[in-house]
Amino acid sequence: MPKQLPPPEQLIDLLAEQIKPHIRAKCALVGIHTGGVWIMDALAERLGQDLPRGVLDIAFYRDDFSRIGLHPETKPSHLPFDVEDRNILLIDDVLYTGRTIRAAMNLLFDYGRPAAIKLAVLVDRGGRELPVCADFFGLKLDLASDEHISLENNATEGLHFVMKRKT
Amino acid sequence: MSANNLQLYDDGRLRHLLTLDGLPARILTQILDTAESFLSVSEVERDVKKVPLLRGKAIFNIFFENSTRTRTTFEIAAKRLSADVVNLNINASSQSKGETLLDTIANLSAMQADMFIVRHAAAGAGHLIARHVAPHIHIINAGDGRCSHPTQGLLDMFTLRHYKGPFHNLRVAIVGDVLHSRVARSQIHALTTLGCPDVRVVAPQTLLPRDVENLGVHVFHKMEEGIKDVDAVLMLRLQNERMRGARLPSAGEYFKHWGLTPDKLKRAKPDAIVMHPGPMNRGVEIDSAVADGMQSVILSQVTFGIAVRMAVMSILAGNQV
Repeated sequence: MPKQLPPPEQLIDLLAEQIKPHIRAKCALVGIHTGGVWIMDALAERLGQDLPRGVLDIAFYRDDFSRIGLHPETKPSHLPFDVEDRNILLIDDVLYTGRTIRAAMNLLFDYGRPAAIKLAVLVDRGGRELPVCADFFGLKLDLASDEHISLENNATEGLHFVMKRKT
Repeated sequence: MSANNLQLYDDGRLRHLLTLDGLPARILTQILDTAESFLSVSEVERDVKKVPLLRGKAIFNIFFENSTRTRTTFEIAAKRLSADVVNLNINASSQSKGETLLDTIANLSAMQADMFIVRHAAAGAGHLIARHVAPHIHIINAGDGRCSHPTQGLLDMFTLRHYKGPFHNLRVAIVGDVLHSRVARSQIHALTTLGCPDVRVVAPQTLLPRDVENLGVHVFHKMEEGIKDVDAVLMLRLQNERMRGARLPSAGEYFKHWGLTPDKLKRAKPDAIVMHPGPMNRGVEIDSAVADGMQSVILSQVTFGIAVRMAVMSILAGNQV
């Protein structure tokens, strides 16, 4: 388990630099609840353009519903723009199995047919179970399956990582 | 409480939805919050107004009593969850040939049903079925006798919260035929559980159940007093078929004293909302000027009913043993 992780804000700077040259016409940012939305908002500031923003909650598209039931806290999805022919930048905090991204893409397609989707994540922690990869990432880790990383946010500490080992 | 032994698993998760009586606030709130997310599934921005949550599940809408709104919104809700829905109008099927309720259910279970939505004239029909179905099957009570209509109570709570905010600030009047109304019972249980401090029932003595005060409500026998300064007026349907009995003089007389007119509505707060579960008797319990007026949210109730029923179905389907 890595002892010291760079602060999330620094990784968001890195992401913004990578993404900037790729901003094209008809581009929109889409954050996945909840961590992805924090990063989207921080990225939007750094990208300095007035890009349309949407939020997705993938609870209704999860592939483990029949095993664990409905997620106890769902949030509404909201895409205040036409997805049809849009260049979508999909944003999440941690990329792990790839199942969340699969669900998010299915959800996006229920809104329309985007021209393209690119994926930006703060951390790629390895452990993919589906053929998904990030176009932009802030940090790449190779964590074991019993290691867990998450992005948290609160008023005192701001954005910060929490690392745990599952028991 | 015995109903909860049936409708909750040992770990407290919802297994069936039979009544709101005794259902904990945490479950009511979870359903309302989840429904909030399901509202977005019907948004105009979406090309495909459905989610794949209940793909491959078979839901049977079994109505032993007539209904348009409830049956249709359950059907739409199931379809927006991608379930396969079968509607059974029981008057026209084997029950008229003498099949018992439990035989009907056993046969439908043999067709690989995952969920039954049941409306029946007999109180406790849903409870009876819940006692006899296989462990993976869920029951939703869509109205039983005078007893309860939990999804209507929930969609009314959703509507109230949507327009009026948290329950602990609200003064709510339930007006009309409380005695025969399963809707009123579900509303009262939900409102008291969710912490509404002033729940009023407003009706003539003949249309109130005995000991109604024991449900935690304030009783009013004058409309003008009962709806004074309330945040919401929840009208009930006057069941026309009762008019012939000795309980009431005539529809005209009822309207004079208990019909909600623009004039009477002025007693409520200026921004009070008016609700009605439908079908409405215009000119009996409600004046058209109110039903179609600015303060009416009656059609929003119908729209919200779909999201609330989606929430109930998906929470139940996800809760397995």
